[in-house]
Parts: sequence; structure tokens; C-alpha cells
Amino acid sequence: MARKLPRKDVVIVGLGWTGSILAYELAKAGLDVVAIERGPWRDTATDFPPAYAQDELRYAIRLDLFLRPEQETLTFRNNASQSALPIRSFAGFLPGNGVGGAGVHWNGQTWRFLPTDFRLRSHLEERYGKNALPGDMTIQDWPVSYDELEPYYDRFEKLCGTSGKAGNLKGTVQPGGNPFEGWRSSDYPNPPLKQGLGAALFAEAAHKTGHTPFPQPASNMSEAYVNPLGLKLGQCTYCGFCERFGCGNYAKSSPQTCVLPALLRFPNFSAQTESEVTKINLDSTGKRATGVTYVDTSGEEWEQPADIVLVCAFSLFNVRLMLLSGIGQPYDGATGQGVVGRNYAYQTTSGVSLILKDKILNPFIATGAHGMMIDDYNGDNFDHSGLGFVGGGYMGAGQTGARPIQTRPVPAGTPKWGAQWKKATAETYQRAFSLSTHGSSYSYKDCYLDLDPTYKDRLGRPLMRMTFDFHDNELKMSAYLTARLAEIGRAMDPAEMTASPRKGPYNVNIYQTTHNTGGTVMGADPANSVVNRYCQSWDVHNVFVPGGASVFPQNHGYNPTDTVGALAYWTADAIKDRYLKNPGPLV
Amino acid sequence: MKPVMRSALAIAAVLAAVSGDAVAQDGQSFDRIERGRTLAVLGDCGACHTAPGGKPFAGGLALETPFGKIVAPNITPDRQTGIGNFTNAEFLSALREGRSRGGKLLYPAMPYPAYTKMSDDDVLAIRAYLATLTPVSNAVVSNQLPFPFNIRMAMLGWNWLNFTPGRYQPNSQKSAEWNRGAYIVQGPAHCGTCHTPKTVLGGDKAETPLAGGMLQGWYAPNITNDSRTGIGTWSKDEVVQYLKTGTNSWTLASGPMADAISHSTSQMVDADIAAIATYLKDSGLGGATAAAVAIAASDNAMRAGAAIFKDSCAACHKDSGLGEAHLFPRLAGSALVQADDPTTLARVVLHGTRAVATSAMPTAPAMPAFDWRLSDAQIAAVLTFVRNSWGNAAAPVAAGAVTKQRQSLAAAP
Repeated sequence: MARKLPRKDVVIVGLGWTGSILAYELAKAGLDVVAIERGPWRDTATDFPPAYAQDELRYAIRLDLFLRPEQETLTFRNNASQSALPIRSFAGFLPGNGVGGAGVHWNGQTWRFLPTDFRLRSHLEERYGKNALPGDMTIQDWPVSYDELEPYYDRFEKLCGTSGKAGNLKGTVQPGGNPFEGWRSSDYPNPPLKQGLGAALFAEAAHKTGHTPFPQPASNMSEAYVNPLGLKLGQCTYCGFCERFGCGNYAKSSPQTCVLPALLRFPNFSAQTESEVTKINLDSTGKRATGVTYVDTSGEEWEQPADIVLVCAFSLFNVRLMLLSGIGQPYDGATGQGVVGRNYAYQTTSGVSLILKDKILNPFIATGAHGMMIDDYNGDNFDHSGLGFVGGGYMGAGQTGARPIQTRPVPAGTPKWGAQWKKATAETYQRAFSLSTHGSSYSYKDCYLDLDPTYKDRLGRPLMRMTFDFHDNELKMSAYLTARLAEIGRAMDPAEMTASPRKGPYNVNIYQTTHNTGGTVMGADPANSVVNRYCQSWDVHNVFVPGGASVFPQNHGYNPTDTVGALAYWTADAIKDRYLKNPGPLV
Repeated sequence: MKPVMRSALAIAAVLAAVSGDAVAQDGQSFDRIERGRTLAVLGDCGACHTAPGGKPFAGGLALETPFGKIVAPNITPDRQTGIGNFTNAEFLSALREGRSRGGKLLYPAMPYPAYTKMSDDDVLAIRAYLATLTPVSNAVVSNQLPFPFNIRMAMLGWNWLNFTPGRYQPNSQKSAEWNRGAYIVQGPAHCGTCHTPKTVLGGDKAETPLAGGMLQGWYAPNITNDSRTGIGTWSKDEVVQYLKTGTNSWTLASGPMADAISHSTSQMVDADIAAIATYLKDSGLGGATAAAVAIAASDNAMRAGAAIFKDSCAACHKDSGLGEAHLFPRLAGSALVQADDPTTLARVVLHGTRAVATSAMPTAPAMPAFDWRLSDAQIAAVLTFVRNSWGNAAAPVAAGAVTKQRQSLAAAP
């Protein structure tokens, strides 16, 4: 029997980017807020200080900051004809663990979606006709527009101190920036990062081949920065240890550097770490949540009553918590009925690897979101007529580091070990360079999440089951984008080049990206969405899913974090300005 | 106006004057209690009289002195375990003369040698404020010193040697603000308790006030206006910013000063902070202590130190030694870095430290520990390097000094 705790105004499940932003905004508004986090407290000084933050074995190989499958995993299959099996070591994607969540181990790529992405189905049908889209593609318009979200993108980028160059200021295209991006109300809060030689060579080749290269927007500090919460970030040292690492230099945006020290000053905020929420509790009508139940590390069960429940975990675990709590109708892949678990999507990435002639690239000088990019082949920035697919992605020379254990590029045909391999490594390291595409992943009827009928977790609850594979549309898109990227690569006059477009089937054992989206998608119609335009549950009005990537109706050709952060602020305003005044359905 | 009404108003005015006078003596007067609260902040009473995680002012914090452990008592108005039964005279005597109820002699861990400067009115305002607190029953055994220091009568002799009772005497040559600052620094804020060098008996070295002292394994820096070893290079605004926010463009507060800023200076009213800065910038001899000669960059320890600095320190403190304001302390030109006593430097490299968080500057960045990664000789070399680079000049740090500090930190509870 769970022990009942004193009531709070707000209980937050998960203390990552969205949880910490919502906690700050609502605590500042005077509400009594508690956040419950499955993993440990994490802090720069004690968990990744600069004295050992760059320990590749500990963080990148042994995955110190990540979720362990014994804490929670899911089962996976490519399609409904297969039996799903549990993922016993995370590899294809790496969910974070602990306070800060993915905001600790991310690279810092901070992209906005395109204005047309927000009305994707309408836009594509208008331009290419009603029959242009595959029949089983379940993409849909977002219930918010780019114009509505723009001030919130701006707010999140100012929170982060993002480095970049505007390409479109209030409708006027700016030289040096991304000419395809949606209008921005202000430039990035920090100037662009300095670029390495590899990125400069790519930019030159991209320009020569008729493209418009620009610095990737990066939440790595090009200069020291004080954010609107009064928190100070230091200048990035380009050490090249962002992805899978915490930043010891206070130079990468994270809940730790951008929110938590200010949040902790509120006496009306508290956090309960190493405690896993097992269920959102509903009253007898099933229309109102009464709080959550959680289990601490000793196995003791607690009930935390609250007036508002905010579901702020990693996208996949938001979906599972809604399914386990019986909020919203579960999606049935066979019939296409139901909403929770529907429209799971991913990201379609690919690469082109180059070995240049006689260059010293110093590839270890890098940041997580370093690099020069082009956006000519993203979304609907190019004419898809006759191409046989829709969607696209940004591409370019991203350089996240060249860390010693994992970065051992060698020419094709080199032995895998021994003296020749060592010699080839030494000769190649300084000349090798990777280009990549970051493509969209649209949603389909047969790509979804539901509860597994067989496998259970340590608490006896069913694991979530992922059913996903790449579709022809995405594979064609990847082939097209990768070919365009290879053309630019060729213009760099490499000694050797290998283009690797994405091939199916999806392999969950090879790392691609952690951008899992959908499952509790936001929409204008309860028939095809779990939450409304304010990220509020259609069924239980005091439950919100404030901007985790699980609310994306499909995934676009960009990294999700900027949109996640913008939606967190958007939801915080909706709760403060509308819901608190008149608690009930906002739509 | 009718005569009757006029005389009624006159009476009212007289009554107001009388009651105004009475308010000043009234223990329940809001103004007086609020002034007492402000003074309790200036005096940082809560820092010692509150145990970590305990009820405010209910006592229990153990102070580590060179002579042993002294635990601060309960000063809530509880009649059995607190100070509820104290008369005003007893309270005045405890604060200013170091004699508690029944003539019991206090140890100067209670800074009565500083509080003796305070006026009757200020001390009794603190009393009025403390009297408004909720009584907490918490019996504290204050005297946990080993023999022979546990003999309180020994303090008679100590007082005779080290204690000069007496109220603050204003300096008519100086401004009212300067005098206010002097009163706060010497009296309630008891800055000298840490920052004034001590004799072997723990008394102040009266001839060198605020010139830097040792406590609890930290070096409390020289805060005179000396431009090389003190705060002479800080502007008045920078002093104010440091006390108000815990950081300025030079440095960030950590260690015991973090507590003082968190509980006391950051809560002070702006006029009092400005007065402190005015006084500190215009007291003592000023000028500059003769500079040491910098050790040559070709020296072996300097060359080793330069390599270690590049590898382990430069990412934050920068090759220029300028650091980053409010995040990573500036080493170039820092008085603390060049202090004669390198205790704090060795300590922060060995064990790391965390800056204070204030409302104005909530970041609270930290210096990581290097004790597991750098040997005593390596730490000595890198400290010698930072003490003698970018225009800095100070005596080299010996590996033995780091060893001693490492051992004493390992022995600390």
C-alpha cells in the first residue's frame, strides 16, 4: 500500500529540459512544485567536473550517464509479423538517465522546424496533389503554427545562449545564415562558433556547387553568456567531448547550466530523485488525475497527490506512462484505431566519409554542434516533383569530435588490427572527415508503440513494444540526399570517398540517433491525437505532456531539442495564463 | 478652525511625541524588531547558531578551533534550553563582555571582542528580534574542548591579555558613511575574527588588523587596501558587488566566506554594504607591500607548472590567467594567489571548492578536486607557476606544504 504524501499543486515526472523549464515557470508563478526523477541527481561539479569529464571509456563506451536496460527497456520488432524481443543493451538510441536527462549528454544542435513542417500534410497536398502521399503515411498538420511558436523558440534559444547566424530576420534574408529558415524575431544570442578546416573546406565546396552553407546553430558557447535566469555559461574550449558527455566547463547548455541553479532557489520547489513514477492516478470518473504513484530505490511505494500532472520524461517513456495509466485509447496497429502509441517516428540519417589528400584537419578541435551545413534539401525546400518521395534533411560537415577510442578511420581494405592497421590509423586520422545527412522520418500506420504482451519489467509491468522500419519514401529520400552530399564531397577532391545512404531494415543495434518521436502526438482532433494544441490530454484535463518529442506528429529533418524547448515554454504559458484561471479542457 | 479642535490637535501632537519616544523602548515595536533582524544579519548570528539542517538559531553548529570543538548554543527564547530567561543586562554582558548568565565566561569563538563595539540600543534591538522567534527546545553542550582548554576560568587570563572592552568611538575626521562602515566591520560584522592575524593564544594582532588570518584550514585573505596583497586593486563598486552577490570580476567567494555572504552580506541593506566598502577602501596604510621578485620562467618548477597548467587548468582559467568573470576566478593579478600563505590555494587544488550561490548570481560554479590526479610536487609546481606568471610574483610553494595540507584535509572530519 502506497504511503500518501502531502498534496502539491504540480507534480512533474522527469527532470530534464521540459521538466526543469516547467518547474521553473510554475514555481516562479507561486505554485508548489515537486519533480520526481527516476535517475540520480546530476551536477557539473560532482558528476562531470573538468578533471575527468573527458573520460571516453567511462562515458562514451561504458555509457555512464545513460539508462540501463535493467532500469527500463523496451521490446523491438521491425513489423507486426515478427515477435518483438527485449533490447538488452541500448545501442541504436541511448536514452539518458538522471536529472538533466538528454540535456546533459546531447551535442547542442539547436534547429527550428520549417514553417511548412507545421502544416506538413496540407502543404504537400496543396503542392503535389492529394494522391502524392503513400496511402499508409499518417503525417498530419501540427495544431500550432510556426508563427505562434516563434516567440517560444526565441525564448528557449535565449535560455540556452545558442550560437549561430540568423538567415531570416523578420522576413529579410541575411547573408551568412540559413536562407531557408523560418523568420526569426531576433538573431541568435551568441555569434557563430569558429569553424575547423574540414568544415571550411566543405563550405567552400558547397558554395562552389551552388548551395548556401551556414554555421550549424549550436548550444555550445562561442562566447561567455549570461542567460535570462542570471546563470553564467563559459566559453567553449572546442574539446570535442559533448555527445555522451556532460560539459565540465559550463559551456554547453543543459538544465544544469541553464535552469537548475535558479530553480533550486525557490523554496516552493523540491525534487525527489532515484524514484520512478509507476502510474498517474485517476479519480473514479477517469477524467481527472489525482497525482502519481512512485517507487523509491528501496522498493517503497509512495503516492504524491497533485492538482496538475506534467509528463516530462523521455519521449518513449512518456508514451509508456500514458499507456500504463490508461489515459487515452491505446493505438492498435492492426486496425489503425486508437491514439496512444500512434505515429512513432525516428530520424533517417546517412553519411559520406572522406579521406582528403595532404591535409591536417585537427578533427579533435570540435564541439557537439560544430560544423557548416546546408539546408537546400530539407523539408520542402526543393521541388519533389518526380522524385518519388517527400521529406528531406539538412546535411553537411558536422564535427562533434575525434575521440581516441572511437575515432579510428582507415582506408577501405585495411586489416582490422595489427601493424598495418596502426600505420593506417596514424596516416589517416588527420585527413579523414565525415559528412552526414539528418533526414526526416514521416509517420506510418504500421510504425507504432504499444504494450508488449510477453515481457515485463522488474516491477511486473509490461514493457513497451516498438514496431518500426524504414519505409521506401525515407530510403529514397536518403539515397537522394546522400547522392547530393557525395557530389559536394567530390568537389572537395578527396583521395577516397564512401557514400552510405540509409538502408533498411532498421537495426536497433547500431547507433544512429536518439531522436525518437511521437506516440502522444499533439493535434487538433482527438481522433488522431493524444494531446491538444496546449499539450493537454484530451481525456484527462489536468495531465499535460509539455513538449517532449512524443508530441511530434512526425519527425522532420532537424534535431528535436529546439522544438521540445519551445513547446515547453508554450505549454507553461498556457497553464499559467489559461488553465490556472479556469481549470478544464483548454480546447 | 475652531479653538476646541485646535487644542485637540495639539494634544494629539503631544501624545504622538510621547508615544513615539515610548516606541523606541517598546520590545514589540516593528521598527525595532526589524532593526534587530537587520543587525542579526550584519552580525551573522545565524551562521554559528544554526546547525546544518536545523531550526534557525536553535544552536548546534560545531566550530573547529585550534584548541578543540566549541558548539554554538541555542539562542531562541526557549526558557530551559535557550535564552528566554536572560535579562537584558545578561544579554548585553554576554554579547559585549563575554560573560554569560551567572558570570560564566564565554570562549571568544563567540566574537564578543568585536561585539563589544556595539551600542546598547543595537544589542537590545537584536534581543528584541530574537525574542520574536519561536522557542525551540534544544539542549546544546557548548564546551566540548579538551582539558585544559575546557576550564572556562582560563578565559579570565585570556581576556586580560587579549580583550579590550569598549564601544565604538566615531572618527570625526571621517564621513558618516565611513564611520558606519567602521562600526559594522569592527563591531557586528566581526570581520577581524577571521581576517585579522592571530597570536598563539588566538587573540587579534592589534597592529595588523584585517591583514589576513587562518581558520578552519582556510586562509582568510588580507582585506586591507594594500594593492598587492589586499583589495587595493578592487574598486569600491567591486567590493560592493562581491559582498552583495558573492562574486566580482576578480573572484568568487567559497569556503567560510561563502557562508558569510550567503547568510550575512548578501542580505545586508545596500547602504550598509556601501559603508563597509567605503571603510575598507579607506583604512589601514594603503599603498603596496613591496613586491616579491617573480621566479624565472626557466625555473624547473615553473616549467613543470606551466605544462600542468596548460593540461589541467587553462580550459577554465585561460592561458592568460584571466579566467572568466563570475565563473572562473582570475589568477593574474589576484592578491589571494600571491598571498604569503598558500593554504587556500593548496586546499582548493586538492579538494576543490564551490562558489556561493546568491539570488543575483545563482550559478555557483565549482573547482574540481585534483588530489587523486596530481602529486604534491605537481600541485606545488603549478601553484608556483600561477603565483609567478602574468605579472604575479610570490614565494614558491614547497611540495611539503601541499603534503601537510593533504594530510590535514584527510584527517578532517
